[in-house]
Amino acid sequence: MSDPALNLNHASQVLSAPLRLDGGQSLDGVCLAYETCGRLNADKSNAILLFHALTMDQHVVSDHPKTGKPGWWQKSVGPGKVIDTNRFFVICVNVLGGCMGSTGPASIAADGRPWAMRFPVITIRDMVRAQVALLDAFGIDQVHAVVGGSMGGMQALSFAANWPERTRAALVIASTARHSAQNIAFHEVGRQAIMADPKWRGGDYHAGGKGPENGLAVARMAAHITYLSEAGLTDKFGRRLQDRTAKTFGFDADFQVESYLRHQGLSFTDRFDANSYLYITRAMDYFDLAEEHGGKLADAFAGSTARFCLISFDTDWLYPTAESRTIAHALNAAGAPVSFVELSAPFGHDSFLLDVPAQDRVIAGFLNQ
Amino acid sequence: MNALRPDLAIIAANVAPGCRVLDVGCGDGALMAALRDERGIDARGMELDPHNVALCVARGLSVIQGDADSDLVEYPDAGFDYAILSQTLQTTKRPDRVLDELLRIGRKAFVSFPNFAHWRVRASLMWHGRMPVTRLLPVAWYETPNIHHVTVSDFRDLVRARGLTVEGAWFLSGDQRISAAAASWRAEHAVFLLSR
Repeated sequence: MSDPALNLNHASQVLSAPLRLDGGQSLDGVCLAYETCGRLNADKSNAILLFHALTMDQHVVSDHPKTGKPGWWQKSVGPGKVIDTNRFFVICVNVLGGCMGSTGPASIAADGRPWAMRFPVITIRDMVRAQVALLDAFGIDQVHAVVGGSMGGMQALSFAANWPERTRAALVIASTARHSAQNIAFHEVGRQAIMADPKWRGGDYHAGGKGPENGLAVARMAAHITYLSEAGLTDKFGRRLQDRTAKTFGFDADFQVESYLRHQGLSFTDRFDANSYLYITRAMDYFDLAEEHGGKLADAFAGSTARFCLISFDTDWLYPTAESRTIAHALNAAGAPVSFVELSAPFGHDSFLLDVPAQDRVIAGFLNQ
Repeated sequence: MNALRPDLAIIAANVAPGCRVLDVGCGDGALMAALRDERGIDARGMELDPHNVALCVARGLSVIQGDADSDLVEYPDAGFDYAILSQTLQTTKRPDRVLDELLRIGRKAFVSFPNFAHWRVRASLMWHGRMPVTRLLPVAWYETPNIHHVTVSDFRDLVRARGLTVEGAWFLSGDQRISAAAASWRAEHAVFLLSR
């Protein structure tokens, strides 16, 4: 990814002021690592703030430094692509609480030791507040759009609701305005898997040796299932066996789907910090945009003049269409210009990252206004 | 607006500039785009078909995928100056309730529909004893989306029973306007402007 036409840049910024947190504490010297693609124009009006999902990071376009895999939305962001960096200056920031350069539980606290579980519990709004401070550092008063899928969509909603004057548009894909009981339940399975791993050691695993890799891998396996659809799994694996012609009558990964999940779990531990996983999933569970605004979702958008676009997928059972529809109705009630569409795609929640041409048309049409 | 379907052209020509419009069953957004581009109107849409919604969003229109039968209840009272329902009434499960919703959401409502009492329809039933397949009703009975066929007279009865006021009525045969007097037999299409 050394193509000069991309204008790709990696940097980090230490926020000059302490970051106030929803939990009542504040954090000094918050560092945010980010990637930018494209050029910021003279009047700083062409920025798109792109929010990443739970287990992703700022590497949207560039290959991932740990895995070497292509950036998570390389297919959609770049010159002449759906989010056209010939026109837009795309910023993607590793979230507060993350583990790819931004301040999180693996960062070193003032006493010289990792924060670990002493790190304050953060919220989606805290993540966004930090990124608004980064926009201040860039001198960007208003972005062209905020864009995000899944947890990124929650950040986009939070941004549009809490800093309405700072964006002209919000694109929210496969997301929700609040975490449901089922969402929280799946996250709790993941967290308990991490905490039940003896190598977790109450979060103090940084001193040496390995962290709770088994627990984190199980967390990832459970979560990964929720990102796919039953039809997708059946189509990809069915009941096919892994490198064998018969069942072994044992507990090896006989089935391809088992082998796949084990691989997903293990490879995740190479690039993700277990405590970060605890903190970020907690932030998602705490997310309830209506609750932040007196219990009525429409009130969250009362001050907004931005255009909104919501996309859901028919096979996404993690954040099903009903969640997006609820947001669309609330925006309508608030009088905001809103579009909403449920697209058909076989890939479950992960559809937003994959090849869905109808999504490309909607995104490009919405952003190019 | 010369590219607009004739019933949509009538609606577009009779919406006051600068007002707020909800187009229910907005299709590919042709009417909304014309209202926005040529009349400066703040138009919002609702459309069942996701492919059409995608086309609308790509035109820069604000359109929600939804069903007139179930999703209009989510709109606040009197949020719009006009609610528009073109060629959609006859496809709804409960046209009477949809009509009520339109005039709750909009101060006024445009409703257009194909007239089932047109002479070709009558002739098809009379001479062949068959449900008609015509230019405006091109689909056989078993696969037509038009589940509540309605005539101009039926519609006037419903409007009267609901206590609504007819502020305007336009009738079309092909692209030609025809008089109200001959509408029952000769109109392929009717457009009504209603208020409470």
